Amino acid sequence: MDLIDVHEIRVARTRDDIVLGESVRPLGGGTWLFSEPQPPEHTGFVDLTALGWTPIETTADHLVVSATCTIRELTDFALDPEWPAQRLFRQCAESLLMSFKIWNLATVGGNVATALPAGAMTSLLAGLGARAVIWGAEGRERGILVSDLVTGVRAIDLLLDEVIRSFEIPLTSLRSRTAFRRISLSNLGRSAAVVIGRVDATGECVITVTAATPRPVQLRFDSVPEAGELSDALSGYSDWYSDPHGAPDWRRAVSMRFAEEIRAELSAGTDSSTDTDSSTGTDTHTGSDA
Amino acid sequence: MKFEVNGEELDATVLPGQVLRTVLRENERYEVKKGCDAGDCGACSVLVDDQPVHSCIYPAHRLEGKHVTTVAGLGSPEHPHPMQQRFSDAAGLQCGFCTAGMVVTASTFTDEQIADGTDLPRLLKGNLCRCTGYRAIRDAIYGVTNTEVAPAGDSAGRSTKAPAGMRVVTGREQYTLDFTTPTKTLHLAVLKSPHSHARITSIDTTAAEAMEGVHVVFTHRDSPATLFSTGRHENRTDDPDDTLVLDPVLRFRGQRVAAVVADTVRQAELALAAVVVEYEVLPAVFDPALAREPGAPLVHGEKGPESRISDPSRNVVAQMHGETGDVDAALAASAATVEGTWQTQRITHAALETHATRGWIDDDGRLVLRTSTQVPFLVRDEICHIFGLPTDRVRVFAARVGGGFGGKQELLTEDLVTMAVLRTGRSVQYEFTREDEFTIAPPRHPMRVGVKVGATAGGILTALAVDELMDTGAYGNHGIGVMFHSVHESISVYRAPNKRVDAESVYTNNLPSGAFRGYGLGQVIFAVESALDELARKLDIDPFELRRRNVVVPGDHMTVVDPNEESDLLFGSYGLDQCLDLVQNALAGPPPADSGSLIGATPVPTGDQWAFGTGMAMAMIATMPPRGHFADTTVALNADGTYTIGVGTAEFGNGTTTVHGQLTATVLGTTPDRIVIEQSDTDVARYDTGAFGSAGVVVAGKALYAAAQKLKIAMIARAQAIVTGVGDPAQDPGVPVSTDLGLVDVALTPEGVLMPAGAWGPGRVVSAAELLAHGELRADGSHDGTPRSVAFNVHGFSVAVDRNTGEVRILRSVQAADAGTVLNPEQLRGQVEGGTAQAIGTALYEEMMLDGAGQVTTTAFRNYRTPKFSDLPVTEVLFAATHDDLGPLGAKSMSEAPYNPVAPALANAVRDAIGVRPHELPMSRDRLWRLLQA
Repeated sequence: MDLIDVHEIRVARTRDDIVLGESVRPLGGGTWLFSEPQPPEHTGFVDLTALGWTPIETTADHLVVSATCTIRELTDFALDPEWPAQRLFRQCAESLLMSFKIWNLATVGGNVATALPAGAMTSLLAGLGARAVIWGAEGRERGILVSDLVTGVRAIDLLLDEVIRSFEIPLTSLRSRTAFRRISLSNLGRSAAVVIGRVDATGECVITVTAATPRPVQLRFDSVPEAGELSDALSGYSDWYSDPHGAPDWRRAVSMRFAEEIRAELSAGTDSSTDTDSSTGTDTHTGSDA
Repeated sequence: MKFEVNGEELDATVLPGQVLRTVLRENERYEVKKGCDAGDCGACSVLVDDQPVHSCIYPAHRLEGKHVTTVAGLGSPEHPHPMQQRFSDAAGLQCGFCTAGMVVTASTFTDEQIADGTDLPRLLKGNLCRCTGYRAIRDAIYGVTNTEVAPAGDSAGRSTKAPAGMRVVTGREQYTLDFTTPTKTLHLAVLKSPHSHARITSIDTTAAEAMEGVHVVFTHRDSPATLFSTGRHENRTDDPDDTLVLDPVLRFRGQRVAAVVADTVRQAELALAAVVVEYEVLPAVFDPALAREPGAPLVHGEKGPESRISDPSRNVVAQMHGETGDVDAALAASAATVEGTWQTQRITHAALETHATRGWIDDDGRLVLRTSTQVPFLVRDEICHIFGLPTDRVRVFAARVGGGFGGKQELLTEDLVTMAVLRTGRSVQYEFTREDEFTIAPPRHPMRVGVKVGATAGGILTALAVDELMDTGAYGNHGIGVMFHSVHESISVYRAPNKRVDAESVYTNNLPSGAFRGYGLGQVIFAVESALDELARKLDIDPFELRRRNVVVPGDHMTVVDPNEESDLLFGSYGLDQCLDLVQNALAGPPPADSGSLIGATPVPTGDQWAFGTGMAMAMIATMPPRGHFADTTVALNADGTYTIGVGTAEFGNGTTTVHGQLTATVLGTTPDRIVIEQSDTDVARYDTGAFGSAGVVVAGKALYAAAQKLKIAMIARAQAIVTGVGDPAQDPGVPVSTDLGLVDVALTPEGVLMPAGAWGPGRVVSAAELLAHGELRADGSHDGTPRSVAFNVHGFSVAVDRNTGEVRILRSVQAADAGTVLNPEQLRGQVEGGTAQAIGTALYEEMMLDGAGQVTTTAFRNYRTPKFSDLPVTEVLFAATHDDLGPLGAKSMSEAPYNPVAPALANAVRDAIGVRPHELPMSRDRLWRLLQA
């Protein structure tokens, strides 16, 4: 929709062009910003998509995904057989409410910055233990885990002059075994619960719950936990999200069930990336994704 | 900024914050539709550099040098894109408002994706269709042809194409706002009440009026003093006069406070913030049960009897209390009884075209309103009533309307546009946003329905009682009619010696409810059919059999609570018995190839968590609204041998236009493509009550059929006079023919009237031009909507329910419809599928949520769950073989009806699966999961 309070959209070409403040906000793909009325005090935008940031590059220890990488570019990135966890890219992209047409424009950074509980890129990057690189004014730069960056519903730990530059996904995470479950109130609807499990080479097991909670909830275990240990850890959590996409008691129940299924799947020790049934991201519970 | 659209360079002004859709429509690319303005519905889909995008969220400042392709750029009616041809051949559209986006999106699918098909749910999750239920869209993408070309004189009963189909799929068909007014159009925006109940104590428009581009700001001080109702009916007194164009008292959050008219939408919206208003906040009531208790805040307490509100001192706009026999005594003596209370939710119509009007003054100085309406004549008459205008000074018409479902049987935008046009003398437009559709357009009435039912051990009903409470919201539009209709066919379809109805329609400070497909019946049928299902279980009688033992049959009086009530409702035909058999047999047999999932065989889920069940429910509906429904139509012969019909009823995907063409062509021995249809315009027909109550075929269609018959007789008489010399060729065609030569071989053909050989010489064809040389040939036909017949629908489901998550998976969906003679099988199938789809949405997914204080919290499609391709099954559609004595060629109406039995059938199947009775809609996954925890 037209944003009637916007007077200026500046297209940034270099880092120096990224000048933000209370009234001037960053613009990624625009697929969310232009989909809802925005606060009238946001009268200007700085378009980040012409900065020429390389969408995805590999360093010695990380896969670096730029904030302006589109969902399309992420899902088109060639599958590396050494990275079983890469299948989460597709599973999380498919978890977006929006269609493949939106993938052509929507950016990974924009999805995280919007900070919706059902933000599937937040699910993905939190689940993989990714660190966000944040750029501030005057060349400042800092890092923060994505699971800490999103602090609540539409709330994010960014200063007014800061933007997300990129996400660093540890290659050790991509080499992990993973399991994935999601559900929504309609088959391909907005996620009500997304649970991602990951076991890396050291045996560390991380369970990440998103969509069912206002911000990512992460449980860490030195090894794949026993059922009781997992359910004790999760049942201590009480802030289950309530919105038109699911009642909190149901979200809690399905999240706990999914966590247990994931625990069982990961403790079975099979490399699920070779398991055709689950690599589609669907099983009897998430058949809703099929 | 320069970019290309469909191969032509466009040099357009792009404002900061504008989206591509706006820029395209500002440059007359009207084929790009505005459905949700939020990236949810896909109606605005276009290609940018060959990539499909939603143009309503594509920032226009990025357009420089881009290549944009719209649906009109893909192909033309003469040279359609293959996907456009497929949508036309498959009848893959109804209202067609989503079609542009569907076609553009589907045009990007690869042959492999189409051949495989399993990816279609994902590929189409960004394209909503409210009309079809997606089966016909799937067929289109697959390249299935569902339509046929009819021979001359033989189109009724065949699946001919919608006349506008090819124009729709190529983006050429105009909807309400798809045109350029000769003079620049002003735009109107509305300041909405932030309070659920308040009085405006002061309002200052000075600052707003001084803003750039602003022409006028209206407040309650400018409003006509005439009370009216936004709900429209044949008799204006059917609805309460409780509404003003602008009222100093605000009774729901979102009600109009002021209206700004400015050069652009942006200027009008920006000026709203500059209107300074002070309010006295009044106590409000949001629960209809509390609203009728003593001491509750009164919503229209000051209104007198002239407003026709049943009891303003109790917030009751309408009530009905009646009993035949002694229900309580009968229940006490019954072998089995069931008692329960069922609750339904608010549903938005989700017509993809929002409410909108553009008005102007024509060359004759008349006010013209082009509006998205189901009822142009009723709008005209009420606008004249409100503003004190003579009817010949106002023209109201609708172009093709992008979906209705009852939502456009309301006057929601036309009054403000009238006010603005009369004040400014300019062309003025007021277009609802999607948020407006959710927050201020009247949704389906939420109802609480208590049912008590009893039976003998043999399953013969002894008593049936309904206690209904409906929340009509802050205004009573349709709040009376819906209530009386809701307890009619839902109850009168069953024979029971003892019946009782207590129904009340109650004002609250929630948004007003309104007319919705089924007009109240569906809510009560959900409760009654659920109760009967439970009764069948108690008695251990098959639910189909229980119905057979208790439904009305021809000869029975259709009793609500008065067994002696006089009525014009008759059994013009009866197919309920067939419908029950058809569904029962279908469910008992193996599923046909195309059933269950839309994308191939439905896998029956495995695992302990899955519970399986089947369920059925039925519905009766009158074939037209009560208390008069009128249509005046004309058919005229043109010199080229085509015919022009004039009919007042509107086309919004209901398909009546197709049937009107078929009926006329059948009588006149021609083909439907030779029928030129002028419709939904107060200038082209003398009168039409409008397209509601499924009246398009049985009222306007019957009137047209009569007009065509008259014209046929007149044409033959004239041809006889020309050829034989007997009779006067110039005789007025409106006068009955006095000279009947008794010719049996005379026939109408597309070329003219075929006269057989005789004493006058060899046989020959008398052409249209020859006939018209003696004067125009034009006939009229009318119908008054009485007597009325009844139609029936029976639905059956088999389902699997995941006990762990509450997910319902539909394995079979079967509906049998008794529509009398089927005039267009593919279209009728589409109506049944579309009604079923909307009802599955109601049953499982859709829910307008309020915060308990009058604020709607679901304000966009993304928060609402209108069914997508991925949410719906194939519905197997079966037709009873009946012929109605009252309808044209034996046909009955079938637009609202298919919706009504679906939710209870699904609830009964879920009950069968999980052993717990759902009492509340929607049966969302979280609700069903919770039922299973108890």
